[in-house]
Amino acid sequence: MSLNRRTFLQMTALLSGGLALKLYDLPATAEPPRPGSANLSPRAFIQISTGGAITIMAKNPEIGQGVKTMLPMLIAEEMDADWKTVQIQQATLDEALFGAQFAGGSMSTPLNWDPLRRVGAACRQMLIHVAAKRWNVPESSCTTTPNRVLHAASSRSFTYAELATEAATLTPPALDSVPLKDPKDYRIIGHSHTGVDNPGITTGKPIYGIDVEVPGMLSAVIAKCPVFGGKVRSFNQAEIQSLPGIRHVLLIAGSLSNDPVVSSNPGMEPGVAILADTWWQAQSARSRLKVEWDLGPGATQSSANFATRAAELFDAPPANTIRTSGDVDTALTKAASVVQANYAYPFLTHATLEPQDTTASYKDGALEIWTTSQAPGNGRQMVARELNLPAEKITIHMTRTGGGFGRRLMNEYMVEAAYLTRQVGVPVKVLWSREDDFGHDGYRPGGFHSFKAGLDANGKLIAWRQHMVTYGVGSRYAGSAGVSPDEFPSGHVDNYGLYTTAMPLWLRCGPLRAPGSNALAFVGQSFLDEVATATRRDPLEFQLELIGTADDHSRRLHDVLALVGERSGWAKRTHSPGKGMGIACYACHLGYFAEVAEVTVLDGNLIKVDRVWVVGDIGSQIINPAAAENMVQGSIVDGISQMALEITLDAGSVQQTNFNHYPLLRMNQTPIIDSYFLKTANPPTGLGEPALPPVIPAVTNAVFAATGKRIRTLPLQRSGFRLV
Amino acid sequence: MPSTQLNVNHTLHTVSADPDTPLLWVLRDILNMKGTKYGCGIGFCGACTVLIDGQPVRSCQTPLRDVGSQSVTTIEGLSKDGTHPLQIAWQQVDVAQCGYCQAGQIMTASALLAANPHPSDAEIDDHMSYNICRCGTYTRIRQAIHQAAQLNHKS
Ligand code: FES
Ligand code: FES
Repeated sequence: MSLNRRTFLQMTALLSGGLALKLYDLPATAEPPRPGSANLSPRAFIQISTGGAITIMAKNPEIGQGVKTMLPMLIAEEMDADWKTVQIQQATLDEALFGAQFAGGSMSTPLNWDPLRRVGAACRQMLIHVAAKRWNVPESSCTTTPNRVLHAASSRSFTYAELATEAATLTPPALDSVPLKDPKDYRIIGHSHTGVDNPGITTGKPIYGIDVEVPGMLSAVIAKCPVFGGKVRSFNQAEIQSLPGIRHVLLIAGSLSNDPVVSSNPGMEPGVAILADTWWQAQSARSRLKVEWDLGPGATQSSANFATRAAELFDAPPANTIRTSGDVDTALTKAASVVQANYAYPFLTHATLEPQDTTASYKDGALEIWTTSQAPGNGRQMVARELNLPAEKITIHMTRTGGGFGRRLMNEYMVEAAYLTRQVGVPVKVLWSREDDFGHDGYRPGGFHSFKAGLDANGKLIAWRQHMVTYGVGSRYAGSAGVSPDEFPSGHVDNYGLYTTAMPLWLRCGPLRAPGSNALAFVGQSFLDEVATATRRDPLEFQLELIGTADDHSRRLHDVLALVGERSGWAKRTHSPGKGMGIACYACHLGYFAEVAEVTVLDGNLIKVDRVWVVGDIGSQIINPAAAENMVQGSIVDGISQMALEITLDAGSVQQTNFNHYPLLRMNQTPIIDSYFLKTANPPTGLGEPALPPVIPAVTNAVFAATGKRIRTLPLQRSGFRLV
Repeated sequence: MPSTQLNVNHTLHTVSADPDTPLLWVLRDILNMKGTKYGCGIGFCGACTVLIDGQPVRSCQTPLRDVGSQSVTTIEGLSKDGTHPLQIAWQQVDVAQCGYCQAGQIMTASALLAANPHPSDAEIDDHMSYNICRCGTYTRIRQAIHQAAQLNHKS
């Protein structure tokens, strides 16, 4: 939600008395009216009833990152609500009313920090206005305590409930003019508040997408080709149709685009949908399904071939130049010494613990959807396109979601449910099996990097050449398979060259938590450790010098790195065989993180990550500290977990089908995690992603310190190591 | 469809379902008790953990026919009003991120505390390492189990 001049607050009375405070965009005359703005919806950010109940809407999808608690805290703080009495309600999708509603890119905090506090502050100001008028005193002599306006001089007070109905008649102040609290006066922000859904989670309430029940609903599974995009030639429809509980067996022709660069939302994959009274009936019937597939163009792809091809491409001139400065090739030939290494990492799947699902109900030309999407607004557009329905006919409810990690920025399960309910005329819940989920993800793309670094006689880094072999066609990349010209250490080395060459891939790829960064940090920070080692410099000092403090961005990264060194006792680390510490840092998603890992390597190849120190700079304010700590711990576990995981292709099919082939980290492998936030005078930013990338190279660098062996290929098993 | 008697959370239900149906799907889709979660369907993640006669069991791997007259406890029946020490501790420690695994974690932990009221870190790790938390809340799960043990002790 941008806070521009077209954004206004509107106050209205509740039917039962009390007020409702809405935010809305006034349509500019040049633009077509946005849905919902002309005809204001009864939903609002804040409602105060005369009975005293205060309800605050949670606008964004809750995928486990804590926004259902954190965003309402911003409003509650500035309106001075008593958090203990506030009710939080999940908003439905109405971007005209609530601003952008998505969970991605760690953007909920930076996009909402200012506007939501202003919504709260405006509400408080109006309540004060009413109270001051009733007492006939200046507004400036009034203050608030939670849920109450106070006139200290006369010891009088009103509850917000007593003021609400009259406040509802006021014109709200302009949002950019309302004064905001001094952070030292915060009662809610900066104090830990437990998740608003905790009672529901711990007692088994039906709050997730998978739990949605709509009267008359059927449950569906969709069998898709093991090779991405393969089409159905024929299948035993009659036999499946006759099985217990089966109501419909449908061919889905799909709507995949023919673009050879598969986007992360390429349209519906073809398949056979089985709809039954219960999900288990549909899933059991699927075991009897026999489909003859037209495997299509992907059937010859394999991970082994991609690796071979990448090695060939390393020797050829790169296809694309992403960034150069100086003359890297000449500098490398003149360098006193050159360090060279190749790195590789695999495809990964998101494996959200709740598989993909959506429930949809089509009736009289209108569609109602209950979904786990992280980007329901995009999903609505996709559904509108696929079904050729006006977007205003589509109502979207956001349920709590069993993990996102970027998977649910892709919306095909939503399109599938919408398509099926319209086909069969009754509500449909689409629930993917775990095997569907492993086999049809938008995968984190694998990649290959060839590095050369040149050092002068004093050990100064004078040249850096990085050639990334990735997926795509020409200079168009598969989802999340590109690299930015700002990739570190570009801008920090005089002679620099960053290049790519893309290999065609017929598979959907997409964003996985800290997309790009989760792999680029591993290769870049590991290779930098190699370079530091080659110069016999301490990796921390070497990198601090390289980063420097020339601009604000560099300074922030520099400072977290220096501080994690202090907190982990880096300078005083001892060297004992089989034990080691490694360090790495990375900036992404507006956050700056540096991490140190301490490992023990048993029997030469069994890695136990004992401890991880984390220092992060995400601005001036940690909004919900305990939740922030949880997010950091989760990022560290997730990052270490990834080191042992891979998705491989053989004959075009994904080989891993379930968690037995994809060993996520367990409790007994979890390190002790020390997390610390370095507060800086910058606006608060998000935490869903930036803590993850550095932990991977911190661990590989620690393994080097412990064993003298470099891990240049992930997963660890392919470098002869295992996590224990 | 054959009908079967099923004892869930001290209530006897008559269920008409194929006896091969996993208990998980009987609970979720026939009895409409959605607290028990589907994560993998192959016994690997623990999201579907319930207690059968007090023992933690993967309900996705337990066909209805095998349950018989044994008593099934799900997250909905762990306590009458959500005040089992584990439920309180889980809320106070703010364990959950997405929360999807947590019913299975709590049910697994309840069997641990019933057998061992004051487990050590190592005992907790041993017992809990068959349950996946994709969000990585393991540190807090361990902390919440200790906290529940304390609460138990006080009550
Ligand atoms: S769903 Fe039963 S163990 Fe995963
Ligand atoms: S809290 Fe998300 S899987 Fe455990």
